[in-house]
Amino acid sequence: MRPRRTSATGTLALLPVWAVVIVAYLGTIAWTVVISFTASKSLPVYEFVGLAQYERLFRTSRWLVSVENILIFGSLFIGTCLVVGFLLAVALDQRIRAEGAFRTIYLYPYSMSFIVTGLVWQWIMNPALGVQATVRGWGLEGFTFDWAANRDMAIYAVAVAGVWQASGLVMAILLAGLRGIDQDLWKATKVDGIPTWRVYASIVLPLLKPMIVTAVVLLSVAVVKAYDLVVALTRGGPGIASEVPAKFVMDNLFERSNIALATAASTVMLVSVLAALAPWLYAEYIRASGARAA
Amino acid sequence: MHATISAADLRLAQAPVETSVSVRDLKIAYGALTVLDSLSLDVAKGEFLVLLGPSGCGKSTLLNAVAGLMDITDGEVWISGRNVTWAEPKDRGIGMVFQSYALYPRMTVAENMSFGLRIARLSKAEIAERVDRAAKLLHLTPLLNRRPAELSGGQRQRVAIGRALVRNVDVFLFDEPLSNLDAQLRAELRIEIKKLHQSLGNTMIYVTHDQIEAMTLADRIAVMKGGVVQQLAPPQEIYNRPANRFVAGFIGSPAMTFLNGALKGRAVDLGAGVTVPLDGYAFAEPARASGPAVLGVRPEHVALLPAGAGGAVAQGRFAATGTVRMIEPTGADMTLWTEIAGQPLTIRAPADLSIRVGDAIGFALDLTRASLFDADTGARL
Amino acid sequence: MTAPSASAVVARGARPRTITAGRIGLYVFLAVSALYVLTPLYVMVVTSLKSMEEIRLGGIFALPAAPTVAPWVEAWSTACTGLTCDGIQVGFWNSVAILVPSVILSVLAGAINGYALSFWRPRGANVLFTLLLLGAFIPVQVFIYPLVRISAVLGVYGTLPNIVAIHIIFGLPITTLLFRNYYAGVPVELFKAARVDGAGFWRIFLQVMLPMSTPIVIVACILQVTGIWNDFILGLVFAGRDNLPMTVQLNNVVNTTTGERPYNVHMAATILTASVPLLVYFVSGRWFVRGIAAGAVKG
Repeated sequence: MRPRRTSATGTLALLPVWAVVIVAYLGTIAWTVVISFTASKSLPVYEFVGLAQYERLFRTSRWLVSVENILIFGSLFIGTCLVVGFLLAVALDQRIRAEGAFRTIYLYPYSMSFIVTGLVWQWIMNPALGVQATVRGWGLEGFTFDWAANRDMAIYAVAVAGVWQASGLVMAILLAGLRGIDQDLWKATKVDGIPTWRVYASIVLPLLKPMIVTAVVLLSVAVVKAYDLVVALTRGGPGIASEVPAKFVMDNLFERSNIALATAASTVMLVSVLAALAPWLYAEYIRASGARAA
Repeated sequence: MHATISAADLRLAQAPVETSVSVRDLKIAYGALTVLDSLSLDVAKGEFLVLLGPSGCGKSTLLNAVAGLMDITDGEVWISGRNVTWAEPKDRGIGMVFQSYALYPRMTVAENMSFGLRIARLSKAEIAERVDRAAKLLHLTPLLNRRPAELSGGQRQRVAIGRALVRNVDVFLFDEPLSNLDAQLRAELRIEIKKLHQSLGNTMIYVTHDQIEAMTLADRIAVMKGGVVQQLAPPQEIYNRPANRFVAGFIGSPAMTFLNGALKGRAVDLGAGVTVPLDGYAFAEPARASGPAVLGVRPEHVALLPAGAGGAVAQGRFAATGTVRMIEPTGADMTLWTEIAGQPLTIRAPADLSIRVGDAIGFALDLTRASLFDADTGARL
Repeated sequence: MTAPSASAVVARGARPRTITAGRIGLYVFLAVSALYVLTPLYVMVVTSLKSMEEIRLGGIFALPAAPTVAPWVEAWSTACTGLTCDGIQVGFWNSVAILVPSVILSVLAGAINGYALSFWRPRGANVLFTLLLLGAFIPVQVFIYPLVRISAVLGVYGTLPNIVAIHIIFGLPITTLLFRNYYAGVPVELFKAARVDGAGFWRIFLQVMLPMSTPIVIVACILQVTGIWNDFILGLVFAGRDNLPMTVQLNNVVNTTTGERPYNVHMAATILTASVPLLVYFVSGRWFVRGIAAGAVKG
């Protein structure tokens, strides 16, 4: 007889979640991986072709551009968000007036859809009517800000819009971290006469590490999932200049009838994400929750 | 008294009708980690048993196992003559009070106390009567419609006690109930719990790490360490005749002084030419005659000798001299640190003596109340 | 510490009385940042209030010379999304229809899961929770095609129940995480006390835990309302032609226009689409931030 806290009702109550996890998560992942080894076009056919789709994938220039773009976008987006978010958080933590108003302003873009962000910045970067035209109208004839429509700059346009939307998130997370720092620590550094910038660099930043890790994880998830923003801002263009992997998969699944190629691409995405996540997931959740005694 | 309590001893020692709670060969393990192993313990009806020990000693685990809030790996739990090993907590005839009060935050005091009764579908009149009685007993009547957030810590814990009270059960379990309160409230509630026990006569099992609570409340104390009951005895016996070096060191403040030496017949050689005869000491049978030993002397069992008293001390005492190294006044008393045979010795003395650091003092150890332990096993000799 | 500190790094220290260059620089930095963050919203609003003639004259930052709400009316009721010209309102009501059941069910499911995982610790709880978290981090592209096939086989593909179910499936990780973390902060003794009182799984959930979960329910609702309202990809794939949410409709309005683009109408439609999450944000800012923190802090 196994009694007690492992109650039958508790197990039953979790059955639907188990079903979701097994069917909708694990099952679909397995199915996706299987399809990637087939010759499927518009419908799944189980004619296995080994790694042919993967070889094809890495010969496809659209995919290679996507990968390059996601690396550029990802590093710019995460790096800039962290720097801007940290500066904003530190600035807000200086006993300033109207802190609540500033905080509300910095964070509001994060509440909106990537579609909205993309469309607004598309309008702002519109060469004919946007900021470029306006500034030229002020007399600065050489001024150029047409990134969304410029083949070389399109992915940077996506990064600008992304940073605008997500810096507030980093600010909010890091500000919470700064507020969690023991005030006695600040008093101690004052008594020791340590310059403020030095305190931030040597003491505060290491203390904020868990929050920074969290922010990086959240931003990375946004990077890998980047689809809406690109669709709304550049539609992957001009040409294929701002294609990203998520969009590559969607286009090949639903428009180009290349589901085997698409699933090969999504499998590559999956493996990359898992490789990046595994150590973090282990440290944050498994070990932590296992330690909670009954 | 034995260093560890064997199941057979206790079961035979007490008639089954008198036993209220009986834990038999209890084992609790999480995977490879064994918290309790073949632990047996009988609690008599109406007894106040305190489980005392440092954190992590398994005392709370044992209490939770009795309550049915923890998976038991092996063994049995009997309450009031019924095997309740696999029974639900509510069906065990227990009430429980927790350290963090564990009051339902969105219910009033009255609702908190009556929640279990409502689940058991008692009649409204019966519930009202029981809640009323418990509230009167605990001076909670004016607070019945308050929420827990509107109560002080002491009031909250009284509500938690009331919640156990209304269940009309034979056995009350307390899991460090006073640890979250400040010192003054703790003393007040301690007395209230003692009065409650005297007037109700229920069996109470009380977990704490506070030796004062244990000494003042308990009929018997079970001192635990590493999942094992080190000694199960009335408070005075725990204090006077600790079963091993751990119990000796855990009970008493300031802590007992331990002097390393070697047993030589009926004397201990502490080295540096100091040999202490153990004339008045009651050896456990069979008495050992040699081997490394530790002499334990409580600071309050060392008496300062008047200057010039010489070596003339009574039978069962051992006089020596030393230099005062440090003094710590504690109000009514003061604690002196000196040494004997090159080993530090603590003395408790009246605070009004004019002694200063560096003074030479004479003192006498009361060997009738000392303890002698095996240096290797720690067991009482 | 008697002297007021000029650098004032201690956020809750003595109020600085002297105005230093550093302080001025600080406020300039804050103000410029705020201006930058606000500019797109400002541009959206002024553009939506201008006529197309005025827009063609340029001056993206200029206030409207002759403010008009005509673009708003057009965006709401007659803007064309592909073939139909019923305005963005269709998407608005579709989004509402998707939102209400999705939020209620996913929050409820998250509460039950978090409660069961925290207090009852059934076998395999850690495995289940880890797998759920994976669902939150793995890009949706990995799941999407098989889910389309499964939906089609079940005969629900492209219907309202389909998109609601998909939102629940992908909402479970975050709602479960929120409630699990919240309940991890509830003393386990409370659960034990209820067990001693004889309450079972559902009674402890409904009468003890849920009544004290108001804060996290609010946080979860806010997170789910904004998340589901802002969703694009799931709505695009699963909602079906008749249930397309507002974000998809908006993208169609803007990006499928042929000929001259009515930017004022587009901006009005964009604001309308953003208005629901913005409203939620401005009304409940504190909770919104708490949601970010709660979702981010480890369990």
